[in-house]
Amino acid sequence: MDPLPYSGDGTLSYVYAVGRPGAALDSAVADLTGLYGDPVRTVVSGGLAAVVSAVPAQDFGEAGLKAQLEDLARLEVVARGHHAVVDALATRTTVLPLRLATVHLDDASTGRVLDASRTGFTELLDRLDGHVEWGVKVYADPEDAVSADPGPAVMPSGGSESPGRAYLQRRRAQRNTRQNAHRAAQEVSARVAEAAASVAADQVAHRPQQGELAAGPGENIANGAYLVHRSRTEGFRTAVEEAARGASGVRVEVTGPWAPYSFASVTGTSVEH
Amino acid sequence: MSTDPARWPQQNDDAPLGRQIALIDLLDRLLNGGAVLTGDVVLSVADVDLVRINLRAVIHSVTPDQPSPW
Repeated sequence: MDPLPYSGDGTLSYVYAVGRPGAALDSAVADLTGLYGDPVRTVVSGGLAAVVSAVPAQDFGEAGLKAQLEDLARLEVVARGHHAVVDALATRTTVLPLRLATVHLDDASTGRVLDASRTGFTELLDRLDGHVEWGVKVYADPEDAVSADPGPAVMPSGGSESPGRAYLQRRRAQRNTRQNAHRAAQEVSARVAEAAASVAADQVAHRPQQGELAAGPGENIANGAYLVHRSRTEGFRTAVEEAARGASGVRVEVTGPWAPYSFASVTGTSVEH
Repeated sequence: MSTDPARWPQQNDDAPLGRQIALIDLLDRLLNGGAVLTGDVVLSVADVDLVRINLRAVIHSVTPDQPSPW
């Protein structure tokens, strides 16, 4: 992806990730460039190293940041740029990916925050060593369960304004198909989650995906993230595939390997055990 | 996809330039996950209420039927 063009005067420091200072991180950072094409470098303090690059103050000051995040196209550029750096680091060493758009005024600010975060971040880095994140999404897909024309996608909540009995019957049939597919998907989802968890070191449930960005057929009913040791990748894959095998009207989609984004939050996300 | 096992991502080796990751999968992780580095001289999504409000608006357009967790 091309770097963003600079605009205005002054720079801030964008923080991508935190790792342990040393040769592995230095080697991972070498030759990396950030959101605006500047070199990615480390700020070391308190036994931790923040991976940063310069970004223009005009774009990442409070007003600029709002503009970046309100505009989905710009949000996507920042998100993908952030991810490109984190992903390059994570394939070479253990890092804590930071939440999107963490911006510091200067290196001294970054250093102070690293000092204050030392204990929690060091423990997290130890815990994440050698692990990657896999995403497992389960979809109920009635169009897959029944080959008949499913008509427009209809949710059960909108049934009061229907104009005719045939229409109602068609809707009811759709709803039954949908409910059956949904029930089957819930069963597969539970099976897949149990299989995945049996191999994973930890798990986080993200909200099911909806809306215009949730592409693809079917309704997403589970959106899990699993922390898996690299040595157990094949075991994880086998467990998920076997749990999903033969399921009708259900689609299981695996994403990854990801840097352990979903497990890097010291404050905690919605963890289900 | 009734007879297929789980759809598994392509290995990185098969796509040296990097496969296109779905934006929504990325935003799940970048907005809800990720370590938070806060401080009194810090500007961050996690730290600036105004930005959070606007981010929430963005995510509402992504997932209109559910309130954002933050």
